[in-house]
Amino acid sequence: MTSVLTRPASAAGGRAQPVVFERGLAVLSNDPVNGEYMRLVLAAPREMLDLCRAGQFFNLLCPALGGETPYLRRPMSIYGFYPERGELHFLYKVAGAGTRALAQLREGDALNVMGPLGQGFRIDDDWQRLVLVARGVGLATLAPLALEANRLGRHLTAICSARHPDLLMSIDYFRELGAEIIPVTDAEGTSSLEHLEQVIEERVAGPGIDAFYTCGSNRLLTLLQRIGKRHGIPGEIALEQQMACGLGMCHCCVRPFRKGDKTVQLRVCREGPVFDIQEAMPW
Amino acid sequence: MVDLSVDIAGLTLKNPIMPASGTFSEELAEVFDIECLGAHVTKTITRGLRDGNPTPRVCEVGSSMLNSIGIPSKGVSAFLDKVVPFYRAYETPLVVSISGNTADEFARLCSEVTVEGVAAIEVNISCPNIEEDGKAFAIRPSSTYDVMRKLRAATHLPLWAKLTPNTGETPEVARAAQEGGADALVVANTLLAMAIDIRTRRPKLGNLMGGLSGPSLKPIALRMAYQCAKSTTIPVIGCGGISTAEDVIEFLIAGATAVQVGTATFINPTAMVTVIAELERYLEREKLSSVRDLIGTLIDEEQKEGVVFMEAAP
Ligand SMILES: Cc1cc2nc3c(=O)[nH]c(=O)nc-3n(C[C@H](O)[C@H](O)[C@H](O)COP(=O)(O)OP(=O)(O)OC[C@H]3O[C@@H](n4cnc5c(N)ncnc54)[C@H](O)[C@@H]3O)c2cc1C
Ligand SMILES: Cc1cc2nc3c(=O)[nH]c(=O)nc-3n(C[C@H](O)[C@H](O)[C@H](O)COP(=O)(O)O)c2cc1C
Ligand code: FES
Repeated sequence: MTSVLTRPASAAGGRAQPVVFERGLAVLSNDPVNGEYMRLVLAAPREMLDLCRAGQFFNLLCPALGGETPYLRRPMSIYGFYPERGELHFLYKVAGAGTRALAQLREGDALNVMGPLGQGFRIDDDWQRLVLVARGVGLATLAPLALEANRLGRHLTAICSARHPDLLMSIDYFRELGAEIIPVTDAEGTSSLEHLEQVIEERVAGPGIDAFYTCGSNRLLTLLQRIGKRHGIPGEIALEQQMACGLGMCHCCVRPFRKGDKTVQLRVCREGPVFDIQEAMPW
Repeated sequence: MVDLSVDIAGLTLKNPIMPASGTFSEELAEVFDIECLGAHVTKTITRGLRDGNPTPRVCEVGSSMLNSIGIPSKGVSAFLDKVVPFYRAYETPLVVSISGNTADEFARLCSEVTVEGVAAIEVNISCPNIEEDGKAFAIRPSSTYDVMRKLRAATHLPLWAKLTPNTGETPEVARAAQEGGADALVVANTLLAMAIDIRTRRPKLGNLMGGLSGPSLKPIALRMAYQCAKSTTIPVIGCGGISTAEDVIEFLIAGATAVQVGTATFINPTAMVTVIAELERYLEREKLSSVRDLIGTLIDEEQKEGVVFMEAAP
């Protein structure tokens, strides 16, 4: 898939064309979703939303509110984008100064955003049966994949892991989008790697799996790498790293990846945040 | 119409605003048309391949940042094949930043990047010199002079020497750079700094220490730019914490001929575009026909040399 960021240079004497927006957007709502998470809904112009892809992110200029003075922009995955309604959604967990300031935003306030940035999820034409495996806030990162699968008419199974059934966020959202849900929790003792492996192996044997998607967790990464290798199933992983510019200029955000027999440093903001699951390295 | 153009050792820039090395690359062209800038300055490269430092490579400190990127480099041939051609589509002068671990390696790279399409070479002499106890070339006047002599012999292009704030001898280093053959001075690079996570008692950067940039660096860089302008006769390019037109004007009054904008671009990717427009509006308001009328206009009442060049807090 070609990135929206690396479109071939066209007019203006072979020069690159601006394709990343930096805009102040109006806040439509900013409400708690459950104990730990907030959902931020912004009014966004159509031309920005038309460029968005599931798996991409924005770099948000968190406001100086509530006594916080965040300086660098904070990266946030796109949680949802709706060109027809003119809405851009983020789901975030209050972690520190930046997200505490974000949590103060009220309807009508403005938030400066830059994006969309990075490479989104790849969904090849012949990938019909998609399986997403994620835990905790990782489910939010993968939520737009459910939206995209739904728009493309693909079958999606979401294996959602959490400490406790109450924390199984995004499940209703996945269900609304027609995904099949397999919940696993620590409290019910169903989230162990052995159990997960068994659940996934049954799928591979049953209806079959064309591609895996995951994010964040080392344990899930190594499990899916193993199953993927065993059955030749491709997969992708969304990763995070501390960032500054978000555009690919500063090289703050690198992680190591396997390319053949070499290890290469790739920028999460630019070559990622979505990467080939077999190239990702456990950390 | 006000005239924003400035002259840096024979190279005319359409305006005095350019990016700082390491905070700019081809990707910024995806946000705005970078033809509006006074010059394009590339990330420092070295001759060979380098991975750079461990992560985390960045952290926030108050309203500024620390970085320990190191100098990851794909090497000189990748640079000449991929990066230089990209900028040929622009008329804006291309300034290439280079570095080396030894003076000879540095000089060799200097001649290798002396190619068509490159308008000037910025020599990042703020990097460690492994032949001399690992201290940056630009910490001491003698190592500054020696490396500049070799670099001078390696190219006919204008040489801009990028100085470090990690020296206690700014005027002496500036003079040594000029005597060694620098055509202009870039003042300055980041200041060595540190941050600790008090919960984990670990350094916040993977490399233990890193360079401070952003607004906190501005008064230090401004002081150095002033001292360099006073102690040499070559143009000074101010750099450090610049994010507004007011910051630019302050550096110009202190004696800088042009400026570089670094970290501000991370916060506002279009910061340089805004700064150029506001600088123009300021000159119109002040009824100045040329930005050059601002340069070195500080009313410093002929301070004694001892005050101008002191390297200790009063
Ligand atoms: C591509 C990408 C997408 C992301 N998407 C989401 C999302 O959809 N929802 C969400 O809640 N969070 C997301 N994050 C993480 C989010 O950026 C951080 O939680 C946020 O920057 C924390 O900022 P803060 O000021 O609140 O906290 P800080 O006090 O700055 O940091 C709190 C904690 O978060 C860590 N952190 C800070 N910045 C980052 C970063 N850039 N990446 C990873 N960890 C970081 C710090 O090390 C610290 O442990 C994403 C990160 C990346 C790189
Ligand atoms: C992420 C980052 C990377 C940098 N890389 C380089 C570099 O490769 N070469 C160099 O000479 N300076 C480098 N610098 C220093 C900047 O060019 C500039 O001198 C410094 O950041 C001060 O300016 P500022 O406060 O406007 O950022 C880097 C700075 C940052 C923040
Ligand atoms: S955050 Fe600057 S290169 Fe990725």
